[in-house]
Amino acid sequence: MKEFRRRTQLYVPGNSPSMIQHCMVFGSDGVLLDLEDSVSIYQKDAARELVAQALQFFDFGNVEVVVRINGLDTPYCIKDLERIIPLKPDAIRLPKTSSKDDIMKYENIISKIEKQNGLEVGSTKIVPMLETAVAIENAYEIAASSARIIAITIGGEDLTADMKVKRTKEGKELYWARAKVALAASAAKVASLDTVFSDVNDDEGLRSDTMTIKELGFDGKACINPRQIQIVHEVYTPSENEISAAKEIILAARKNEGGVVSLNGKMIDYPVVKRAETTLQRAGIDPNSI
Amino acid sequence: MIKNAVGRYIPASIKGYGNLTPFAGSDAIYPEIKPKASGIIKRKSKDQNKILPTLVDAIKATGLKDGMTISFHHHFRNGDMVVNQVMDAIASCGIKNLTLAPSSLTEPHDYIAPYVENRVVTKIITSGLRKKLGDLASNGKIEYPVLFHSHGGRARRIEEGSTQIDVAFIAAPGCDFLGNINGTDSLTPCGSLGYAHVDARNAKYVVAVTNEIKGTPLKRISIPHYLVDYIVKIDNIGDPKKIGTGATRLTTNPMDLVLAKISADIIAASPYFKSNFSFQTGSGGAALATTRFLKEHMIKRGIIAGFATGGITSYMVDLLNDKLLDCLYDVQSFDLNSSLSLRDNRNHIEMDSSFYANPLNAGPIVNYLDVVILSALEIDTKFNVNVVTGSNGIIREASGGHCDTAYGAKLSIVIAPSFRSRLPIIVDDVTTVVTPGEDVDIVVTERGIAVNPARKDIESWIKNAGYPVYDINDLKKRIENITGKPEPIKFSDEIVALIEYRDGTIIDTIRKVEQ
Repeated sequence: MKEFRRRTQLYVPGNSPSMIQHCMVFGSDGVLLDLEDSVSIYQKDAARELVAQALQFFDFGNVEVVVRINGLDTPYCIKDLERIIPLKPDAIRLPKTSSKDDIMKYENIISKIEKQNGLEVGSTKIVPMLETAVAIENAYEIAASSARIIAITIGGEDLTADMKVKRTKEGKELYWARAKVALAASAAKVASLDTVFSDVNDDEGLRSDTMTIKELGFDGKACINPRQIQIVHEVYTPSENEISAAKEIILAARKNEGGVVSLNGKMIDYPVVKRAETTLQRAGIDPNSI
Repeated sequence: MIKNAVGRYIPASIKGYGNLTPFAGSDAIYPEIKPKASGIIKRKSKDQNKILPTLVDAIKATGLKDGMTISFHHHFRNGDMVVNQVMDAIASCGIKNLTLAPSSLTEPHDYIAPYVENRVVTKIITSGLRKKLGDLASNGKIEYPVLFHSHGGRARRIEEGSTQIDVAFIAAPGCDFLGNINGTDSLTPCGSLGYAHVDARNAKYVVAVTNEIKGTPLKRISIPHYLVDYIVKIDNIGDPKKIGTGATRLTTNPMDLVLAKISADIIAASPYFKSNFSFQTGSGGAALATTRFLKEHMIKRGIIAGFATGGITSYMVDLLNDKLLDCLYDVQSFDLNSSLSLRDNRNHIEMDSSFYANPLNAGPIVNYLDVVILSALEIDTKFNVNVVTGSNGIIREASGGHCDTAYGAKLSIVIAPSFRSRLPIIVDDVTTVVTPGEDVDIVVTERGIAVNPARKDIESWIKNAGYPVYDINDLKKRIENITGKPEPIKFSDEIVALIEYRDGTIIDTIRKVEQ
């Protein structure tokens, strides 16, 4: 399986040829070809076919390609899965998953489609979206429910609607849910991806929102406009000083074969080394190459 | 027909222009020393009154007659209101067969298309033509072929006498009772009057067209009163809000921003990126936006630029205000902020088009540019660039300072999206050569970068900036894998326009599109 950085996932409406044809050049770590909310019910078939063609035609390079399908409660879900799974996108994003049971239902459908198409069962990776209060309460159970899961993500708009609160730029209303999702993902050893920041003209708001989710432990967030990508990357990219400090820590630890060591008067133990590795990974540097 | 240095066939002569000299290379023509053309000497009585009540009065006072040449500047760009009103007045006088020699024509000038069709105007010499006028020219509906020049080429033409202006009508936002003019001291500023200076110095008669005649002398003078024969006040001369639209908009288009970022990264990785470096960005959203990304590199590396030239934007003004740039040479102001900066900041300097780019003087500023970033409608595998004709072969844009700056700058970068409306931008042969490939160093698209084989030194900088470099033929194939290869456009033999290189030679012709 390919390894991807997941700082940014760019949403692309699945019914927009002009946006799909260029979506891989904006520098996001991943693209989300959307068949769900950005596509009207009158265009579901057209979008599914367009995305299917795009998956076969375009060279997406090193960009992680994820297709967001329509949920189980819609008449489009099975058709989406049947058309998209054989084309082997890097993952499929599953909207409005609320429990382990939901994941099991998907598990069965996906396995069946894999068998029908001669694909290895389990090869289709999934990203459940947690968009309801009950889903947040079940976050760990969902995240740990299937070996197919590579990440879980929080859907801010639907969740705040379900909680009957207003979505704000400051995001206080999402704080607990976000923290819970990030923690559940860490516990289940999968990635955690944050919801979109809706005001594409508020660069500083996006920066602040991204700093918050980074501090909570998220690996990245979805973007709704290519202009948001660079700002999220800037927040997630360690500074030169952070990178050189991380390199020093790893070299010092390696010299002492993993034992506790002191560097510039500070104790270097396992968690410190682990953090240093994360810093380098976020800078796009393989810690083993140091 | 003679094959020129970029492989295009040029007729030995053509109606309305006489003998033509084929392009021989961007550095090939060094004319013998010859006298400058100049206007006429006039002495007017001490009690003359320059201020005339109407445009028709001014037209009569200048003695404008059939067959003469008139000029305008295009500093109001899509907001210009002077050309149309003057042409109405000229037509009402029954004058015909005029040569229109503006610095360029923009979208509002669709209005004068009927004056071309009814032969008030029979010849156009310009940097650009758009929309209806472009269609008319491309369909052979203008009596003589259109001649496209560069901005530097226009200054050269006027100073050497190839274009002899009988009457220059100059939109004058700031104008005092003496006839001193500037583009800034007005409620409707257009900024620099860079393209109008050469007209004012060389035209036989100069008419300032303003919307306010100030009773006290201007303190900042672009064109001095002694060059201005008449002043006419009309209600509206232009809308400054429309200057920064079309080719001069400040973009939020994600593709433009991707291209701009790549260009800025390449510049920052080049050896030219050091203190006191100089640069220009051509029109087009991506090229203009490069400055924004360059600023981030400048701050990070502590680099302060020497000067920036050309069409000046708010991005450049920001650099000046943030002390990241020593000075701006402004031949045209692309937005209101730039106009205000020109008025208020003494390090923001108005320059005329000869100062800017005339190949026949002691050193236009383009020759001192380190880097220029330019747009393109098409680029071919020989690196030739088209900025005038669209993918359907119809005239739709402008030559501008493209070939002037590509020649002068030490590093010329041409940027374009890899395809527009499913048509690939990199082609075997551009429809129209405006800038020769010998003066283009790097082609940047969002799907790959190509370097002119003559500049092998460049590849390593681009790789250092983290971008792969493709052979231009491979890049073309990569793009065609997405778009397919379009059918070639069919042209007839009729020549409807000439593309004059900055030195006065003919680099290409435009033929009538077959219906």
